[in-house]
Amino acid sequence: MTTETTPLTREQLDPFAGKSCGPDRQSRDPIAQSDIRSWVEALGDTNPIYVDEASAKATGRSSIIAPPAMLQVWSMAGLLKKPASPPHGARQELIALLAEAGFTSVVATNCEQEYIREAVPGDIITASEVIESVSDQKDTALGRGHFVTTLITFTDSDGAIIGNQRWRLFRFAPPNRKPAAEARPPRPRPAMNRDNAFFFEGTLAQELRIQRCDGCGTLRHPPSPACGTCQSFDWTAEAMSGRGTIHSFVVNHHPQVPAFNYPLVVALVDLEEGVRFVAEMPDAEPDDVSIGLPVEVRFRQQGDDLALPYFVLAPSQPAGER
Amino acid sequence: MSEPLQPALQATQVSVGDELPLLEIPIDRTFVISTAMATRDYQDVHHDHEAAVQRGAPDIFLNILTTTGLVNRFITDWAGPHARIKKTAIRLGLPAHPGDTLTLTGSVTESADGSVSVLLDGSTARGSHVSGTVSLELNGGEQA
Repeated sequence: MTTETTPLTREQLDPFAGKSCGPDRQSRDPIAQSDIRSWVEALGDTNPIYVDEASAKATGRSSIIAPPAMLQVWSMAGLLKKPASPPHGARQELIALLAEAGFTSVVATNCEQEYIREAVPGDIITASEVIESVSDQKDTALGRGHFVTTLITFTDSDGAIIGNQRWRLFRFAPPNRKPAAEARPPRPRPAMNRDNAFFFEGTLAQELRIQRCDGCGTLRHPPSPACGTCQSFDWTAEAMSGRGTIHSFVVNHHPQVPAFNYPLVVALVDLEEGVRFVAEMPDAEPDDVSIGLPVEVRFRQQGDDLALPYFVLAPSQPAGER
Repeated sequence: MSEPLQPALQATQVSVGDELPLLEIPIDRTFVISTAMATRDYQDVHHDHEAAVQRGAPDIFLNILTTTGLVNRFITDWAGPHARIKKTAIRLGLPAHPGDTLTLTGSVTESADGSVSVLLDGSTARGSHVSGTVSLELNGGEQA
């Protein structure tokens, strides 16, 4: 099951090759030592040739140089609103053509920087970007789409090339997208951090992992750094059976968040190991749910990197293949 | 200020198969945000947690220009200040978020007369964040 897309012909795509993406962008200020310093401090780069004249000269250079990876930084628009991107430029036309054919999502896949000359403080950099190529239609793990490669050439105030940067973006149609009538925004994602990472690693592996205190053996949920019973910071994540009984439940009618189906059953489940857990029962009819009924956990994949637990009434057939 | 310079890596000291010293970068919120600002990248997903979540990411994440910068730092940390990077070609993988540790590893794939290529990978616990190739000239102590 993939999203409907319209095949595009080479005759439609080839004319974009070589076209300019828009007006050139010139850095508004010459390269400055202070900007270089902010960059090396943020990235933790201790190479002395970016900040110390004597060291730079000792390596055979005539002065301090800007970090080569800052190539694109100098011409970035920053917080200025960009009138730079004209609505009718070749880039916009290509994006519109691909979107109309169903390729509405985008992800950057490759970045190549080539450094011709090391930029130095005082240089004023101008960036000009052209569309280099648009690939044939490709099927990838992300979905079906076209790779669009653009080339940015960076020149100094004499017009000499300092370097260039080749960007490859994949413009694609995400697979398994629901038809427009059923389209709904993605479910809100839980906040993840080091304390609860084990839990979400577990759900991705189809396991309901709960913390057990190494000090006193108490199970606890939701995840927390310390045991509420004995205050120990030592714990081990244990996979639960996923079976339990409904301790209590609510049926949500309002407020409605567009990502969910309503009425929505949310159950407080006593897991058989002796800890309580809250989760949705999205496939349950409210009239079928009552306190004390046995339930079993299932996992639903939310994108590639997240799976969330939910419960179904037991015994039952698995709700789906996912 | 000058501390003694890291000595220039000589062509004779580099062979195909050599592994570079591993570089571990613990990523926290300050790192993600300060590097985004230092690269003049003000897209909200690199500094605004709520905006990142709204766009479907679990948290803010590193921008691409920072990843490129870290790849180059990994190379010059090893090759020293004399080296000149000629080309950095990277393939982008999973995003890197606060709480992640980015581990860069690499090995020499070509070495001839001071021209060196390194194949590298930068991964977090979730998988590959970046992989690619860097070409550099060692300029081992001579004037270029």
